[in-house]
Amino acid sequence: MIKQYETVFIATPVLSDAQMKEAVAKYTDFIRENGGEIVYEEDWGLKQLAYPIQKKTSGFYYLIEFRADTQLIDKLETQYRRDERIIRFLTFAMDKHAVAYAEKRRANKQAKKEE
Amino acid sequence: MAQNTEIRYLNPPTVEVRKKKYCRFKKAGIKYVDYKDAEFLKKFLNEQGKILPRRLTGTSLKFQRKVAQAVKRARHLALLPYVTDLLK
Repeated sequence: MIKQYETVFIATPVLSDAQMKEAVAKYTDFIRENGGEIVYEEDWGLKQLAYPIQKKTSGFYYLIEFRADTQLIDKLETQYRRDERIIRFLTFAMDKHAVAYAEKRRANKQAKKEE
Repeated sequence: MAQNTEIRYLNPPTVEVRKKKYCRFKKAGIKYVDYKDAEFLKKFLNEQGKILPRRLTGTSLKFQRKVAQAVKRARHLALLPYVTDLLK
């Protein structure tokens, strides 16, 4: 059953940009290979954490919005758990209100970019 | 003799007029509370970062649960602290 999901993960700040891109690519390819379809990606870059996680006070945030089958989520999460670069992740099944909100958010993000 | 004179105040005691509380989500027609929007969620937290009760914010039960769920997700992602002082 295909549902829309939104996943946010935090990578350790120790990573260089290249490693960060490679980590992101690993997950986006993983979703594409297993029959998922990526709707939207967003990089929040290096942000301060509200509380230290694993003794680190900042991290690279990355958001991926995708449509996938329900079985894919367990595989994705085991990938997250195995990967020690990722210090925290959250996947979230989006209901119809969330999907509508996400589209509106993307629309005004584009509008802001054009200004 | 002193008892029967009731106490007189300097200025009349102001009875605190209770402003009618309303659920801001129903009024504004918001349907989804986004856990990524920390600034908006901060309106529902007190200085220590704890979730404000419905009787203070006046939100309806359905949206209070959504707000609580969003705050807990934001805390998991370290967008909001679990406990802090002078959050504002």
